[in-house]
Amino acid sequence: MIRLEGINKSFGRLHVLRDVSLEIQKGEVVCLIGPSGAGKSTLLRCINHLEPLDSGTIYIEGTPVYRFTHGGRQVVDPDSKIEALRSEVGMVFQSFNLFPHFTALENLMVAPIHVRREPRNEVRRRALALMAKVGLSDKIDAYPHELSGGQQQRVAIARALAMQPKAMLFDEVTSALDPELIGEVLRVMRQLAAEGMTMLIVTHEMGFARDVADRIVFMADGVIMEEGTPQQMFSAPRNERTKQFLQTILERNAELGEDTTAFPASPSA
Amino acid sequence: MRDIFSLFNFSGAGEYLPDLLRGAVISIELTLCVMALSLVFGLVVALARMTRFRAVRAVATFYIEIIRGTPALLQLFYIYFVLPAFGVKFPPFTAGVIGLTVNYSAYLSEVYRAGIQAVAKGQLEAAQALGMSRSLMMRLIILPQAIRIVVPPLGNYFISLFKDSALASLITVKELIFTGQIIAATNFQYFAIFTIIGAIYLAISYPGSLGVQYLERRMKIGYRPQRRAPIGGPTRGAPQGAVS
Repeated sequence: MIRLEGINKSFGRLHVLRDVSLEIQKGEVVCLIGPSGAGKSTLLRCINHLEPLDSGTIYIEGTPVYRFTHGGRQVVDPDSKIEALRSEVGMVFQSFNLFPHFTALENLMVAPIHVRREPRNEVRRRALALMAKVGLSDKIDAYPHELSGGQQQRVAIARALAMQPKAMLFDEVTSALDPELIGEVLRVMRQLAAEGMTMLIVTHEMGFARDVADRIVFMADGVIMEEGTPQQMFSAPRNERTKQFLQTILERNAELGEDTTAFPASPSA
Repeated sequence: MRDIFSLFNFSGAGEYLPDLLRGAVISIELTLCVMALSLVFGLVVALARMTRFRAVRAVATFYIEIIRGTPALLQLFYIYFVLPAFGVKFPPFTAGVIGLTVNYSAYLSEVYRAGIQAVAKGQLEAAQALGMSRSLMMRLIILPQAIRIVVPPLGNYFISLFKDSALASLITVKELIFTGQIIAATNFQYFAIFTIIGAIYLAISYPGSLGVQYLERRMKIGYRPQRRAPIGGPTRGAPQGAVS
């Protein structure tokens, strides 16, 4: 479904992604974890080219999109091709980024109507169904500023779904939320996962990752250090960095007196 | 002594007041024409300045720098007195409209640009992530939000334009100041006439500036991260880019 091949990305002298390759199967839910600054978000943003790549290729359903060939010469796909790709891959941001001048329902409808040129009635029907799905049928006419963070993020998820994407990217979507609002957003994501949506999720919610992911990918310093099933990653990580990272999280959670059942056994075990 | 008192003589006001009001109407017409045109051209220049096409960008930047670096009066003189030498001749009012539009479009384009750039980066990313093209994004997402940001500063420019319309008197447009000068040259009641003119300007500008303040408050409603807009009256020569 999505295949990344040898992705490199630098910000100035900072090499944030080093030769990253990753493949996500159709219907698979992959959680990307790791310390901050590992390049997780950058990787996600590279997939739909919100960040231009330095090198490497991204394949969406086998079609390579936007690549930089080696040997100095760049091969860059036209904007229209990248726009088409983006419209097929939904993205949800940490900061919601709803359009403040549109109501919730209009936020869902604007892209299908103007980008896909679908008939308004049909789009409206779908948008209403999606608002129901994220549990916000009573908020269709609300403007984003009238909604709580959790509600805004659920609208943002619905907005991405309104384009009927083939895959969804989630970039730390609960990090900006008050703790009591995180659950409602995760619930929507769990439901999506259960319905078989292809999802790539950058998250710090380890309990959620454990429950929902088919595969956990651990990144540090711009490199994929280790990947595996949640079971294997959380109970028997092989990589030193993974152990360290999970240990830190475990200690933090213990300190906060939070539920540590995300880790059935100590990561160092 | 008699001369001093005659200075304060408003007795002839009844005779020349209608003339002054006619002049005021010309001033207002001039202002409205220039504002309407500048709102459009200013946006065009702003978009030209932000396009991907380097040549277009260079032309727009060149234009803005020339206009901002020379007096508005000189620009009016150029159009009214210099262009006829090249066979391009306009009547005074038209020349005034063209000159002030050329001038104000440059300033307004910077207001627009600042407004467009003040739209949160996350908005662009969200629009891009939904597959919107640049033009779609500009039309549906950026401009509607930028409008809210630029309305108060545009209002301030509107008010200063009304005062700057007085410059057109120097290319013989029969607006308020020009009319006053003509009348004063015949009856010498400078104090009375220019005081009345001042009162007329104030009577129009002050409500205008209250209106701008009202708009400023209106535009803030419903938006989360609002930086403070500069409060106060007309701001000709306000620091560029200081758009709320």
